Amino acid sequence: MARTADAAPVSPTEDVGEKLVLNIGPSHPSTHGVLRLVLELDGEVITKTDTEIGYLHRGDEKIAENMTWNQFVPYTDRLDYMAPLANNVAYACAVEKLMGFELPPRAKVTRVICCELARISAHLLGLGAFAMDVGAMTMFLYTFTEREKIYNLIEFLTGARFTTSFTRVGGQIRDIPPGFLEGVSEFCAQFPAQLDEFGAMLNRNRIFVDRTKDIGIIPADIALDFGLTGPNLRGSGNDYDVRKVFPYLDYQSYDFEVPVGQVGDCYDRFAVRMEEMRQSVSILRQAVAKMPGGAWQVDDPKNVLPAKDKVLTKMEELIHQFIVVTQGPDAPVGEVYFGAENPKGELGFYIHSHGGGVPHRLKIRAPSFCNLSILSQLLPGHTVSDVPAILGSFDFVMGECDR
Amino acid sequence: MIDGVTMLPEFRGETSGTVPLEKIPEIMAALKSQGFTYLVDITGVDHQGEDPRFEVVYELCDLQKKKHLRLKTAVAEGDSVPSVSGTWRTADWHEREIWDMLGIRFSGHPDLRRILMWEGYPHHPLRKDFPLAGLPTEMPDIAFTAKAPLEGGPFVTSSADLTQDREPRAHPAEERNL
Repeated sequence: MARTADAAPVSPTEDVGEKLVLNIGPSHPSTHGVLRLVLELDGEVITKTDTEIGYLHRGDEKIAENMTWNQFVPYTDRLDYMAPLANNVAYACAVEKLMGFELPPRAKVTRVICCELARISAHLLGLGAFAMDVGAMTMFLYTFTEREKIYNLIEFLTGARFTTSFTRVGGQIRDIPPGFLEGVSEFCAQFPAQLDEFGAMLNRNRIFVDRTKDIGIIPADIALDFGLTGPNLRGSGNDYDVRKVFPYLDYQSYDFEVPVGQVGDCYDRFAVRMEEMRQSVSILRQAVAKMPGGAWQVDDPKNVLPAKDKVLTKMEELIHQFIVVTQGPDAPVGEVYFGAENPKGELGFYIHSHGGGVPHRLKIRAPSFCNLSILSQLLPGHTVSDVPAILGSFDFVMGECDR
Repeated sequence: MIDGVTMLPEFRGETSGTVPLEKIPEIMAALKSQGFTYLVDITGVDHQGEDPRFEVVYELCDLQKKKHLRLKTAVAEGDSVPSVSGTWRTADWHEREIWDMLGIRFSGHPDLRRILMWEGYPHHPLRKDFPLAGLPTEMPDIAFTAKAPLEGGPFVTSSADLTQDREPRAHPAEERNL
């Protein structure tokens, strides 16, 4: 029986016996963080769902109003902590849009590499955790082996493995180190074979397919109505990808496909992520091949941090360093919205600036927040055993959802 | 372009306009039927000291024509904004968040509860008069909050007009030893 998001809750006449209220979370292995679901059950079937979020609320938007633009970068690491590099890039691009900066080509290509490495690493974790939730423990170990290689690359690039804080307004903390591009090429050379192996383990795995096919079907129009983005929307057949529709960082100059699903079930969301990783590898190869030389940050000494070696030897740069660090880049009055295609979906920043070094209001449009809002609609009609499969296929992060 | 919308000057290539509060439902429904099927986000902004105090910002997207549109509406303290959750269901959670964080009510919303803070929490933390360090609240058997040390952070910047006032403040020594 196909169960869709439109399925009506079980009617009172079908109702046999007593309803049971079951709490899942806030701390439960399948909620991947601190999500709480209050399920009303009729036997094994869910009749009503209440999604409780906010257990990881830290007030990031309030904090942002009280610090300079660059000071907020470390907080973006902790939004979608599976892909901190992609968050850094999205935030920096949003502030640069407000500032009116045009990045030099080398910075753009560097950031594309950051985004795609983050995408692969986030999808690998999502995939491993999803497979483990439906009973395939081995996948988790396999995907973590690959993630480890990406973390080594990220450490090489930024000096940190998880909390990267790599970008600054107008550029990055530093240029890419020598040997990094070779490392990325090496990773790209061996990774597709690993992906084939992951596919071979799951694509026709009876247990995996039985637990994901035709489970949690979301029709495309309903997915968009609930503001779903990223692989969860594309799994339903809508091909919206920010990189194609509103290209940033010159994504239009890369050759890649946007995979879409047909049914919109858990299996399609899994399949879309698998294919997205292949496309990311292709983007990485193109980026490595075309990495231009030249400047790696915007030339605007009063608003962009100067190179470290010059700060220690030149008077002018030392003064600029002080201005940028204490007062922050001087933003104009205005408001912008910038959305980036992050691993979980469209991560958007709405910035309302009254001028100066601090935002008047910074709103984070978190993809996981919107993605989770459909659960109350989607879960009724499914059985309790479908819940881990659906949650796993959604691949959400509470750090981003609760902010 | 659209009836009832006053267009604002373009900034950084983005189109935006303002709409009167009471015309929101019909304008939003019309826009959705014109192709703006994707409601990206709804945001509330607090302009404390101005009148009207709040602003609610809608970000819309037309994915076929690849167009982005921002609509804003001014909301006075105590006013209710007509809910658009009947037009886009994603608005449901966004409006709950704005109610929770800024205390702007949405009329016609099916279930206007707090979403990030707990039910019964007395403040709206994103209002400008709410201090960064937080306010102590105590609700026996539910939850409690205490003020954060160092006003909420070791380096806190305020949005002052004078650049020298924007520099991060150093905290008094006795406060640092908390």
